[in-house]
Amino acid sequence: MLRPLPAIPGTTLFDGVQAMKGYALNKMCYSFNSAANRDEFKRDENAYCARYGVSAEQREAIRRRDVLALIAAGGNVYYLAKLAGILGLDVQDLGAQQTGMTKDAFKAKLVAAGR
Amino acid sequence: MARIVGAITTSHIPAIGKAIARNLHEDPYWKPFFDGYPPVHRWLAKTRPDVAVVFYNDHGLNFFLDKMPTFALGAAPLYRNADEGWGIPTLPPFPGDPRLSWHLIERLVDAEFDITTCQEMLVDHAFTIPMALLWPGNGAWPVRTVPVCINTVQHPLPSALRCYSLGQAVGRAIESYPEDVRVVVIGTGGLSHQLDGERAGFINKAFDTQFMERLPGDPLWAARRSIAELVELTGTQGIELLMWLAARGALGGTAATVHSNYHIPISNTAAGLMLMERRAA
Repeated sequence: MLRPLPAIPGTTLFDGVQAMKGYALNKMCYSFNSAANRDEFKRDENAYCARYGVSAEQREAIRRRDVLALIAAGGNVYYLAKLAGILGLDVQDLGAQQTGMTKDAFKAKLVAAGR
Repeated sequence: MARIVGAITTSHIPAIGKAIARNLHEDPYWKPFFDGYPPVHRWLAKTRPDVAVVFYNDHGLNFFLDKMPTFALGAAPLYRNADEGWGIPTLPPFPGDPRLSWHLIERLVDAEFDITTCQEMLVDHAFTIPMALLWPGNGAWPVRTVPVCINTVQHPLPSALRCYSLGQAVGRAIESYPEDVRVVVIGTGGLSHQLDGERAGFINKAFDTQFMERLPGDPLWAARRSIAELVELTGTQGIELLMWLAARGALGGTAATVHSNYHIPISNTAAGLMLMERRAA
């Protein structure tokens, strides 16, 4: 049986449930290790998603560049990072989007954690 | 006989790769981070290890979810870095030490660590950036390497105690190697950070500080905790402290800190560095 992991606020642990849900999406993102595949995705996102069997929900999340929705749909942060790279988003952009902050406010929060 | 000369633990944040390539060592943002490393360079110049055994976690370069080993050990003559998809410079290949790798594999399986063995293995930034930090230059690596990869991509992760015990078994295996080689063990990753979810940007200075204080003398302080507790305390990626525990396990015995550095933030991460040596109890 699948055992739920202890809940941590604002956190989705990537477990077997997420791994099953996100397999096609993560497999597509893994393909972005190749520059030729990245270019192909950029040429036609929908065709590329279709080839990997990415679900309608996941495709909609990609269309909206919605990181939290991608995670909810089974995306794993390490593979999603490769998609974020194509979209020109760095980890502060991702952090700002997920926390609903501006990038500057998110960066200030990181600096404040050192005090 | 082989001898472990010390253990080094360091963060492996991708942005460091870009900062090295752009020579940003004196940049005000980067200086407090890079200034941590010269004492380690001097120590390495003095101890001159022949081999580095590196505990790290792959982030989707070599391994995908189709086959995800919990523990994987490299047994290749050469380890290549490759494009990870988001643009950090690729570093020159790293020489392996297949004879030592196979010795470790035999001893680990004897000790009931049923590891995955890899005669081909791409190494990602978690391996390459610490190497570039510890041996700066043009990728003329002065050590042979043995990569040991621990899964932090997909839960269930191995427990902290299991990672510490794996490290201990690796340490014993190194010290039973009949050749006269000097080995440095390296653990990469951490410290506290979280990239994903509404909790993104989580950093826990109080825990990191205590973790670094306790690691040499009381590694079980952290190793005894569950993965869920450690994720809560350090973030979804802060769990990379498993590599630090494995490296500390490999060092064995009683240890002392020779040098350390800690700086917040580098990218989204609390960056940590420790150099430990064994001490008589």
